[in-house]
Amino acid sequence: MQGIGKSFGGVRALHDVHLELLPGEVHILAGENGAGKSTLIKILAGVHRDYDGRIELDGRPVRFASPQDAAARGIAVIHQELSLIPSMSVADNIFLGRETVWTGALPWVMRRRQRRRAQQILDQLGLNVDAESTVERLPISLQQMIEIAKALAAEVRILVMDEPTSALTEPEVERLFALIAELKRRGVAIVYISHKMEEIHRIADRLTVLRDGRFVGTAPAAELPPPRLVQWMVGREIGEQFPRHTPHPGPVLLRVEELTLDDPHGLPLPVVDRVGFELRAGEIVGLGGLQGSGASDLLWGLFGARGRPRAGRIELHGRPYTPRSPGHAIRRGLALLTNDRKTTGLVLGMSITHNITLASLPRLSPGGWLRERRERAAAARLRERFDIRAADLDLEVQSLSGGNQQKVALAKWLEAGPRVLLLDEPTRGVDVGAKQEIYRLMDAWSAEGYAILLITSEMPELLALSDRILVLHRGRVTACFQRGEATQERVLRAAMGGTGEDAA
Amino acid sequence: MARSTDAAGANGRSRMLRWLGYPHVRALLALVLVFCLGLYFNADGAFFRWATHRDMLRHSSVYGILACGMTLVIITAGIDLSVGSVLGFIAVAFSILSIHHGWSPWLAIPACLAIGALLGAVSGALIAAFGIQPFIATLAMMVFARGLAKFVSHGMKVSNYVQTPEGYVALDMPAIHGLIDQRILNGNLAVVTLIFLACLLISHVVLARLRWGRYLYAIGGNEEAARLSGVPVARMKLLAYGLAGFFSAVAGICQAAQEYQGDPEAGATYELKAIAIVVIGGTSLMGGRGGILLTLIGTLTIGYMEKILSINAAGEASRLMLTGAIIVAAVLLQRIRRR
Repeated sequence: MQGIGKSFGGVRALHDVHLELLPGEVHILAGENGAGKSTLIKILAGVHRDYDGRIELDGRPVRFASPQDAAARGIAVIHQELSLIPSMSVADNIFLGRETVWTGALPWVMRRRQRRRAQQILDQLGLNVDAESTVERLPISLQQMIEIAKALAAEVRILVMDEPTSALTEPEVERLFALIAELKRRGVAIVYISHKMEEIHRIADRLTVLRDGRFVGTAPAAELPPPRLVQWMVGREIGEQFPRHTPHPGPVLLRVEELTLDDPHGLPLPVVDRVGFELRAGEIVGLGGLQGSGASDLLWGLFGARGRPRAGRIELHGRPYTPRSPGHAIRRGLALLTNDRKTTGLVLGMSITHNITLASLPRLSPGGWLRERRERAAAARLRERFDIRAADLDLEVQSLSGGNQQKVALAKWLEAGPRVLLLDEPTRGVDVGAKQEIYRLMDAWSAEGYAILLITSEMPELLALSDRILVLHRGRVTACFQRGEATQERVLRAAMGGTGEDAA
Repeated sequence: MARSTDAAGANGRSRMLRWLGYPHVRALLALVLVFCLGLYFNADGAFFRWATHRDMLRHSSVYGILACGMTLVIITAGIDLSVGSVLGFIAVAFSILSIHHGWSPWLAIPACLAIGALLGAVSGALIAAFGIQPFIATLAMMVFARGLAKFVSHGMKVSNYVQTPEGYVALDMPAIHGLIDQRILNGNLAVVTLIFLACLLISHVVLARLRWGRYLYAIGGNEEAARLSGVPVARMKLLAYGLAGFFSAVAGICQAAQEYQGDPEAGATYELKAIAIVVIGGTSLMGGRGGILLTLIGTLTIGYMEKILSINAAGEASRLMLTGAIIVAAVLLQRIRRR
């Protein structure tokens, strides 16, 4: 792709961008949210047709008429949101739109042959899945692999993966990387978008960096170590990566004893099993654990989002507290930032202002009457504090970049006036610059006496930000580390069910 | 020179597109188009007489009142199919109470409004507490309320003529019916139109001025995010469906007053018309977007369209076909924003 440019209604989204893909390489497309990565991908995939510049495939200029056209020439995109049809079988999904039919005139689907072929592809990929099983019954990670299988069935030549690991656990990530290695061997060019530094440097062959819709450069991975990559991405030097002041723990704000929570899907095993801990003002306690550890369930349970717990005692500000409902939890000074701002965090179609004030309306609208001016004042104040970059606070939240959306979600909770913040993946899907700001804010809050319970799947973040780390495995606490005691290996071992002690 | 005119043209176009970005502008555009049709096909000047507009308003009011409640429900990403049947039941109940039993309107009207709100709240409870889909829950209520209307009326129209062993007797018609049916200001405005305006005002206050309204939008936009932000989702759904039932009762009383009787078949398919009004106004069936002003515009658009067709002596058949076409056109117009 050469000299690619694209504007949306007078706003220039891409400006003279180049992207060159070689067979059998993993090409990282890096850049902050809003840098133009997704626009570029959409042009490559034939979604946007009116762009400047030219695309060459095998040395011949091409112009895709539609996404179908691009797909027919071997370009496949795997989005963060999976595009499988949950109620259909794996085989049907793999061949969706390209069914093996008897004749063109009578589109009679040859299901048996199709199923055999699908099973073949799945086996080749080393996936232990029956082609007949229904997609919705499979875990997310497998669904993602099936997307890849689908691309392979279509004889893909360029495969674009947009943050494929955001919903995967460590072992699943490993499996994905093995699969990527296999694709490379077959000569598929892979465009990989990710915000996770470790990941980038594990699998990258070459990188192309975009910033503000402009082309910054392409370089082999070896020539672009993390600090330089970040510098390319943000266009400036990033200071200390994890700002964290020495904590001054205050009084105990939250004390949890023997808390047990039922499985929300009705399975017999509790998702949180006799968990106990203390959280002091000014402290950040990290919750470590792999998927299924129950850490998120613990936060939801404390917040009353799952009704009353089965057993346990909780003290909040020294008074007994029984989770009942989110509204009740908010009144008692709790706030829950969920790990998915799009489905559980924000009302995307509502304005920035109204999202920010949503959890604080009982206070901001006394007597039930909305006070538009008060809401605007509150939103303006928080925009300042969080540096939310938006032209207008009346814009819908969905028009913002991921990092700014996350800041709106955080602003909403700060406005609700909590003392205890339950933060589930506060930096998920957020670019480097915004991550820094969120770290800085968390540090500032703890200095102001907020207590923070933090979940993050990024190990360096967990290790650097937490004053203490509790590690959960299948709903039970398997280890507790003070700051400095924890290492990546020890946390991981405890997360997989070990005790966290070094093997003697 | 040419460049600058080009730029001005592009600027003008983008400004127009920005204007079209506002749902109210798009809805008004449809209304103005229909109105212009009326100016052209004015049936020898009938369209220029106030009486035509007055009658259009009077005729549209009952539908508009139903559409007020429907708007509240649709903003929560729900739907209420029962409004027509509740209207029918209340028309019957109001007639029985006021004509047969001679209840004073001060008693009969509040009682009917309460029953309507209760029926709506039952739908709301089924949806909020048991997680039944709004379509199904209100479909059930639609069938049930129609049955109820036929049960209390024995399947017959409730009027001031009652059968006694001595034959048919004419009871006194209570004054309230005439009061609601009359026109005021030298016959220039129907009372039902005033009632419609009051309903618009009430639902506008709920949606735009009260915390409740914000909660309704939040639920329609993202119910789970709303719940996790402390929004009392179940109570708000009870409120939305309860108000829809309340407005259905208002419409039922108006209908009974206008017909001077309670027809157990009254209001059949009115729910579809109410939905059409809301959609033509531009309130999204996906929830979270829209408003009562849009519903007012939608009411007028449909009202004028039908009036224009009827003053031009178009038959019912062509009227229905054109209504279908206009709904499609209006919805296509709503899509401009996404281009």
